[in-house]
Amino acid sequence: MTGTTYVKEGEDIKEVILESGIRVKPVYGPDDVAGLDYARDLGQPGEYPFTRGIHPRMYRSRPWTIRQYAGFGTPEETNRRFAFLIANGQTGLNVAFDLPTQMGLDSDDPLAEGEVGRVGMAVDTLRDFEIAFAGIDLARTGTSLTINAVASVALAMYQATAEKYGFPLDRISATPQNDILKEMIGRGMWIFPVDAGIRLIGDTIEYSVRRLPRSYPVSVCGYHIRESGATPVQEIAYAFAIATTYIDHVLERGLAIDDFAGRISFNLDIYGNFFEQIAKFRAARRLWARLIRERYQARDPRSWQFRMLAGGGGAGLTRQQPENNIVRGAYYALISALSGTQTQALCSYDEAYTIPSEKAALISLMTNHILLEEMGLRDTADPLAGSYYVEALTGGIEEKVREEMARIEQLGGMARAVETGWVQREVARQAYQQEKAVQEGRITKVGVNKYVVDESEPNVELHRYDPGVAARQVARLKIVKAEREERLVAGSLRELETAARTGRNVMPVLLSAVKAYATVGEITRVFKDVFGEFREPPIF
Amino acid sequence: MRRLRVLIAKPGLDGHDRGAKTIAYLLRDAGMEVVYTGLHKTPAQIAAVAVQEDADFVGLSVLSGAHLWAAEKVLAELAARNAADIGVVVGGVVPAPDVAGLKALGVRAVFPGGSSFADILGFFQESGAKEGVSGK
Repeated sequence: MTGTTYVKEGEDIKEVILESGIRVKPVYGPDDVAGLDYARDLGQPGEYPFTRGIHPRMYRSRPWTIRQYAGFGTPEETNRRFAFLIANGQTGLNVAFDLPTQMGLDSDDPLAEGEVGRVGMAVDTLRDFEIAFAGIDLARTGTSLTINAVASVALAMYQATAEKYGFPLDRISATPQNDILKEMIGRGMWIFPVDAGIRLIGDTIEYSVRRLPRSYPVSVCGYHIRESGATPVQEIAYAFAIATTYIDHVLERGLAIDDFAGRISFNLDIYGNFFEQIAKFRAARRLWARLIRERYQARDPRSWQFRMLAGGGGAGLTRQQPENNIVRGAYYALISALSGTQTQALCSYDEAYTIPSEKAALISLMTNHILLEEMGLRDTADPLAGSYYVEALTGGIEEKVREEMARIEQLGGMARAVETGWVQREVARQAYQQEKAVQEGRITKVGVNKYVVDESEPNVELHRYDPGVAARQVARLKIVKAEREERLVAGSLRELETAARTGRNVMPVLLSAVKAYATVGEITRVFKDVFGEFREPPIF
Repeated sequence: MRRLRVLIAKPGLDGHDRGAKTIAYLLRDAGMEVVYTGLHKTPAQIAAVAVQEDADFVGLSVLSGAHLWAAEKVLAELAARNAADIGVVVGGVVPAPDVAGLKALGVRAVFPGGSSFADILGFFQESGAKEGVSGK
């Protein structure tokens, strides 16, 4: 079962078992942290092992970045939403792409029908990026690109856009999500097989280290794995097993660990038991520092620092009484604030119904402002440090994560565990058990299985999909194709194929291809021809 | 009595399959024969598998908002294969105003996220009993 388990006798709670399997005692005291050594296990904020945060003054010197997920329909609409969010104090962008783009399909592809611009922005060519980012200061605003299988293409487009608007490459900061293994576990936006997917990630890391020094080429996501049913311990363990898979691959190319370890970031989930999540983040930070320093012998302190986006929480939200999700979101944001995250992106209360309306997105944004500017969450670093309970829990979770990572290693590593469907099966079975526990009332969800309020269908403002989006997008694609120089497109695609086949880094030719206005679909077809496609392992 | 056969399908590009897999486990635990298509299937592929597997029902799981599109296409593909007797059921992120729209298309039942297992099982068991098929 996943979810905190309560064993009761009447009103008395006899036992509390967290998702991580840790039993919570009624009272914690000095004995529970007797083995804790401040310098060895906590350290000052900004010091190894960074349990208390990666910066010496944490949010005093810089608040966490607020990066609400947004992207709608056409690049023009997305550009307007970006401007709206920035005007309301958002400090980083987080681009949602529509499903065809994420799957490497052009808007005029028959398989894209009904999905163009639906859950994010449609992108066919560089022109779409140029429109989406027009008027935005890319030297000041970092951008997450939530795309994976074709993250390399999006990164090339982002660079080309920045170049066109005159921003130096050492000033721009892109964070393509670019984590294909978790797509195969949880989010489903995979195209190419496991090894080809890892190789493309290797290409983007190698390239970014040389050309885009402020970018974070991979954001390893425990987030979607947890949203798919994993426990907090599995979330961290699987994310680390994925991250080490990418690291091992890049090391094989001859790069040194200190060349790139500091450019890997993480995306983690914030729903669940309050203290368990906070301890999870603190444990993750410490374990990552130890792993990178001890196993990989990194020497640069920046390599040891665990950078993260803590956000989302969608799996904790309910369809019933959606306004309650505003309250849940505030607590999740508080978890995130107490976790020492660098970036926060909070789910909106209406997500069980629709992609966030402007009003819902604004509430999530303001939730962050309230924490930062009214509640004092910027005032001091890691305020829960030294708490008997939080420190005991942090130690307990670190140990459990190590055990879970060892399991994956016994299976031959994450790439193999994903190819065989082992992880997918584990996670799906737990999701079922969790839902069953909620339905049977063993895990309490307020408004769902307890304190149920008889309500008429809640009045949620729906984000309406505009079917005209597809027509407008296809029309633009036609124009771009008519205007571009076919000779350049064909030439760059041929070079891309050669690079893909021979194992040469694809990024430089990819950049030429997008600058020639080759489409996402054309580029993906080249990759498919060379790499083939992932086959989902049966899990039932 | 033969057991109820259900095809759980993910039409289109949406990759969120937690709900689809959960329902597959639920129906299988209840004794039904369940086949899961995996991700990224076209309506034509889904209808073809439904016919080939001799399914009594197709359960479509859609979280991207494309449920009306998917249901309409799958129903048409089934009809084109003389398999309109295969019932279509939809689950996922479905706003209330769209439930009636789905029913009007010919969808037999709609189970938005958070629906109760009892309701879902009840629907299949009742439908199975009507046709003399065991939903147990």
